[in-house]
Amino acid sequence: MRSHPLFQLILLRYREFIREPEALFWNFAFPLLLVAGLGIAFREQPPDIARVAVVTPQLAQSLRQDKQLVVDELSAEAALAALRAGKVTLIAEPGPSGEVVYRYDDTNPDARAARMLVDRAVQVAAGQTDPVVSTNALVREPGSRYIDFLVPGMIGMGLMNSGMWGLVFSIVDTRRRRLLKRIVATPMPRHYYLLSFLCWRLILLPLEVGIPLGFGVLVFGVPLRGSLLELAVWCLLGAFTFGSIGLLIASRAKTIEGASGIMNLVQLPMWIVSGVFFSADRFPAFAQPFIQALPLTALNAALRANMLRGESMLQMKQQAAALSVCLLVSFLAALKLFRWR
Amino acid sequence: MPPAALRVSNLKKTYKDVVAVNGLDLEVFPGECFGLLGPNGAGKTTTIEICEGLTEPDSGIVEVLGLRWETDSKELRERLGIQLQETQLSDKITVLETLQLFRSFFRQGPSAEDAMGLVQLQEKRDARVGNLSGGQKQRLALACALVGNPDLLFLDEPTTGLDPQARRQLWDLITQFKKDGRTILLTTHYMDEAQQLCERVAIVDHGKAIARGTPRELITSIGVEHVIEVSTGSGAVDLERFRSLPGVRSVDRIEGGAQLQVSELHSTVPAILAELTHQNLPLTELRTHSATLEDVFVALTGRHLRDA
Ligand SMILES: Nc1ncnc2c1ncn2[C@@H]1O[C@H](COP(=O)(O)OP(=O)(O)O)[C@@H](O)[C@H]1O
Ligand SMILES: [Mg+2]
Repeated sequence: MRSHPLFQLILLRYREFIREPEALFWNFAFPLLLVAGLGIAFREQPPDIARVAVVTPQLAQSLRQDKQLVVDELSAEAALAALRAGKVTLIAEPGPSGEVVYRYDDTNPDARAARMLVDRAVQVAAGQTDPVVSTNALVREPGSRYIDFLVPGMIGMGLMNSGMWGLVFSIVDTRRRRLLKRIVATPMPRHYYLLSFLCWRLILLPLEVGIPLGFGVLVFGVPLRGSLLELAVWCLLGAFTFGSIGLLIASRAKTIEGASGIMNLVQLPMWIVSGVFFSADRFPAFAQPFIQALPLTALNAALRANMLRGESMLQMKQQAAALSVCLLVSFLAALKLFRWR
Repeated sequence: MPPAALRVSNLKKTYKDVVAVNGLDLEVFPGECFGLLGPNGAGKTTTIEICEGLTEPDSGIVEVLGLRWETDSKELRERLGIQLQETQLSDKITVLETLQLFRSFFRQGPSAEDAMGLVQLQEKRDARVGNLSGGQKQRLALACALVGNPDLLFLDEPTTGLDPQARRQLWDLITQFKKDGRTILLTTHYMDEAQQLCERVAIVDHGKAIARGTPRELITSIGVEHVIEVSTGSGAVDLERFRSLPGVRSVDRIEGGAQLQVSELHSTVPAILAELTHQNLPLTELRTHSATLEDVFVALTGRHLRDA
């Protein structure tokens, strides 16, 4: 009565994972903390609340009539200091001949908005009335907030990190210990060893994606507009692509230091340009063909298209192609280069 | 003569500019423990890993259990027990888990629990590998080599780096495996290990087997039965006069005295004492030991095993 070698190898993956508290932290706790922290930092502010400073009680009184303004009554010096520190966006002060002077930075959109609000409040207080009556109908759409942008990016980044780290660390460490050679010296078919990583990724994936996704959906109301099945396919495609890149990096490396050097070289640019924390479109046009071909850019774009805009895979063919090509090329190269000792 | 369990002939392997194995021949018979004895860098690991099918030789014939690696690797893997030099098993899993893992790789063999018993690690059953001592780790590696109930056991430097007590414990285990009728090929650079464990030994130097036989035969072959060391304090001895004493094969100067290889003690020792009186030198120390494989190595190469 013996258990199947593949089962034992998956058990080994599980045991090594669960007995490494750092891995648990980086895989599960860290992305959650990041989503929670950034979600709170960039939570929805009630719009158009402008903080302004005034230097006379009269101005303060007239501006406080407007609910969209927060008014600080300060001395002239303190008001200037607050403006420089960015605590207020505008100072309203009396001019030499009884007019009102607005002191603000006209390149700052918030300051320009504040200028309009303050001026309107000043005019209304002075007796101006609207010739046309107007009311507002407000629409606040989930899907356009920062947290909506962030959660798919975090899922993509998580797939990249755990897909590469777990595999690279484990294989290179096994090689360094000369355990890889020892395993090859048994009758166990070699491909089971690699297969065990694949199976382990499949087992871990629902948790890795589910935890940040569930958190985003339940706590922040991040929308899930696309097909869930297609979302799962995107995650699988991403996981396998990054797994293959990891396998390629691990195919020769003899030390963890060497491997993590290469890994940082591969990952760091993608953390920055691939639209995890801010849109990849912010980079100049000449760099776009390169940026769009990166697997993390493609994955993040696809996840956002699915979750936020409900687009189907057919609308994201370019991203599917970028990921598939990367997967295939790195997997074949890894098989060719892989050293079993 | 029974068919050999392992037959190697004219084996060669070169790494870039290093000739690791240079025309080595070897024959190991079923049921015997055969030792490859040689200094570091002699080519022992390269040889044994070629026999294990882990390294490709440049040329030469390797026949293991009557089979060839090119055609029968699948069957050979099932029938060999392998312990590599310096393998570190996974630190995070326990002794039992390690053995269950390795047991699952083989078609047949003892259970993981039984393999643990073979190397007396039962009390460490649920200890993580990372928390074992060097000797315990080495015994676990040995158990991993036994889980497939191998017909031939390869042990590469099984006791290197262990303290004397752990070494002795490992020797007892290996002696037990021999009693169970297993065929073993082991490498070592400890002459006492080869002398203690091996029925036959090949002395390996610079990728060649420079001598072969039972430890007894090898020692007899150099015509030296005993080694005598005399210390004379500060006075320098006249080596030439020692050389002509009865039964002396060779003489070397050592720190503070001389070392003599002799064929018998009872006539030579009195002659040495008389000679020292004659040279008017004080005798501060006199030591004798029976010749060992170390002395064989010295006689053959002019170097010592440890500093070769
Ligand atoms: N993979 C390798 N690449 C280059 N040189 C090697 C390699 N393996 C062994 N050697 C060299 O071959 C010689 C024999 O090594 P080895 O078989 O390990 O000796 P031993 O096990 O007797 O100490 C040494 O000089 C060693 O440096
Ligand atoms: Mg060696």
